[in-house]
Amino acid sequence: MSSILIKNGRLIDPKNNVDKVCDIFIENKKVSEIGNNIEKKADKVIDATNLIVTPGLIDLHIHLREPGFENKETIATGTRAAAMGGFTSVCPMPNTDPVTDNAIVVEYVLNEKRDAVINVLPVGAITKGQKGEELADIGQMAKAGAVALSEDGKSVANPALMKNAMRYSKMFNLPIFDHCEDHRLATGSMNAGDRASMLGLKGISNDSEELIVARDVILAQSTGCKLHICHISTEGSVEIVRKAKEKGLPISCEVAPHHFTLCDEDIVDYDSNFKMNPPLRSRKDMEIMKKALADNTIEVIATDHAPHHIDDKNCEFEKAANGITGLETAFALSYTELVESNLMPLSDMLAKLTCNPARILGVEKGELSVGSDADIMIADIENVYKIDVSKMASKGKNTPFGGREVKGKVLYTICGGDIIVENGELTK
Amino acid sequence: MFNRKDLLGLRDLTKEEIMTILNTAKEMKLQIDNPELRNNSLSKTSIVTLFFENSTRTKMSFMLAGEYQGAIVKDLGVATSSVSKGESLIDTGINLDQMGTNIMIIRHQMTGAPHILAKNVNASVINAGDGSNEHPTQALLDLFTILEHKGKFEGLKVVILGDIAHSRVARSNAFGLTKLGAKVTLAGPSTLVSNSMASLGVTVSTDIKEAIKDADVVMGLRIQFERQKNMPFPNLREYSNLFGVNSEILKNAKKDVLVMHPGPVNRGVELSTDVIDGENSVINVQVKNGVAVRMAILKLLSENNRRA
Repeated sequence: MSSILIKNGRLIDPKNNVDKVCDIFIENKKVSEIGNNIEKKADKVIDATNLIVTPGLIDLHIHLREPGFENKETIATGTRAAAMGGFTSVCPMPNTDPVTDNAIVVEYVLNEKRDAVINVLPVGAITKGQKGEELADIGQMAKAGAVALSEDGKSVANPALMKNAMRYSKMFNLPIFDHCEDHRLATGSMNAGDRASMLGLKGISNDSEELIVARDVILAQSTGCKLHICHISTEGSVEIVRKAKEKGLPISCEVAPHHFTLCDEDIVDYDSNFKMNPPLRSRKDMEIMKKALADNTIEVIATDHAPHHIDDKNCEFEKAANGITGLETAFALSYTELVESNLMPLSDMLAKLTCNPARILGVEKGELSVGSDADIMIADIENVYKIDVSKMASKGKNTPFGGREVKGKVLYTICGGDIIVENGELTK
Repeated sequence: MFNRKDLLGLRDLTKEEIMTILNTAKEMKLQIDNPELRNNSLSKTSIVTLFFENSTRTKMSFMLAGEYQGAIVKDLGVATSSVSKGESLIDTGINLDQMGTNIMIIRHQMTGAPHILAKNVNASVINAGDGSNEHPTQALLDLFTILEHKGKFEGLKVVILGDIAHSRVARSNAFGLTKLGAKVTLAGPSTLVSNSMASLGVTVSTDIKEAIKDADVVMGLRIQFERQKNMPFPNLREYSNLFGVNSEILKNAKKDVLVMHPGPVNRGVELSTDVIDGENSVINVQVKNGVAVRMAILKLLSENNRRA
């Protein structure tokens, strides 16, 4: 498809502070014109009347499971799920098999045979095999296209090695996406507190996260490394990040939609679709997440999309795999919980899914002006519906949100001028 | 008054359901010492025990409770079963279900395992202890023993001492006793008694002497070395000095205090030998009552079982 004309949509581009009804013309994979009543002839015309038109969403934190766990998800299915959710760029974490700790695996992930339908920006491991013993091939991964480093799923326990990773990665301008968890403290399977006491499950306390957030903020200060805290979930972590930002340190952080929509009180009957790491925290922590999103201490929403095969979930709670899917529910949950509830303007919410993650990655995406890549989401924010797990494009059906009523439906996803989702259906 | 398919915990039971079980157990207890009263009422019921953790009292008393009522009782030797080949809990349960099992009795090291099993089989499932969650039949036999000796629950002060953090017995008792109107205190070192236990409607204490004061019932719990990590207390001698119950400390309780313990006992650790064997101790009575309560539960569940 060479040209697309989007007619009469409400363009919201948080980066450039734009919120207006207009037409957008796309050709040669770029936005070529924005204006009123564009009369150019296009191969495809999309009537966006009463719809919002935004930069394609960017997710800094997902799991595509390939290579190694293709029964859970593949790059082909995961990127389609992402497109269904309005995402045009995603950062898959390196906890694959083999671990993405060298250039060959990065190249494998980026190979066009993987059939990705949107931009895949791989994250490399910090240490070889994510074993926490020696540095991964950081420089060579950067050359091959890795955009960040992460040990996601665990923390680098040794502070000396972590410090070297920060000093070394700075050379390649790679931010570190930091999974913060002291494993010696975090031995339970849900949040520590009254609900864990009620259910008889061993708890994971907030300090297991906060200890590593504090440690790595201190290390970021001494090394000058760009540190991005992954899936922040506790009041204490938010406080540490807030103080670090006040000091002007290069710290950013993300929260997953489930951490501002659910809390440990929602766990009943040992349903492992409510099991993830970090766990659903207390109601108070959940409220703090919303406040911190509103005051922009948390500048990114990232899904931590973690698809699993049913066999990994349909078992004893303590044995069940951590994680839930998120790509296909993130926009609606964010819109419903943050914008409809009047916590923040739509544009601020969208910034956390577009220009803010783009800035952290240092990529020229996440905005929608003349000359931008034609990565675009078109959504109907008046559409109220119930989340239908059976219709999801992801291989993983592990979500606690099935049947939940939400507002805001993604109708079109355009990536590099290609229409990937049309009228809420995949085109490929 | 008892229409459930499964018995998974006391958290979910009503006061009335608990009393139905205790009243039924009263009749059953007579059958233990009087074989002529037994009536083979469960001759059409098959029972399988699946113990993923070791047990003496619970497993044996369940098996005898079934056989005293004429049931077919089989034990799946978990260690020698296909579980050791990696067969999942759910698949194991579905296979036993297909063989016509009416009641499955499961003990498992993971919290919630009986609940998962119950969702996937037609058989009734009895929780014989899951992780650090619940051990409902132990609590029910404790309740039975307390009622037998005190005649009531309302207003009784019951103190549960020791390794609360890892104790499914303490939790099931806390759920049951508070429903029946008793006042429950959980006491032990701060590393073994979490403050969040207070949300169960109990008092939490780290002062054994104060906790025991005017108690009607003192229940000791075994220190579960197999579940402990990172040293919750320095050593056994310090534990028994500071938190163990001997006859001297027991004087703070009421004169007619009942001394209980679910077994197995670490003699001289949580309770001193003179307390274990003393005149206030009903530890051996608890064991007999365990058979009676389990007979009652098997009877009640077999009446509700979909297959039966």
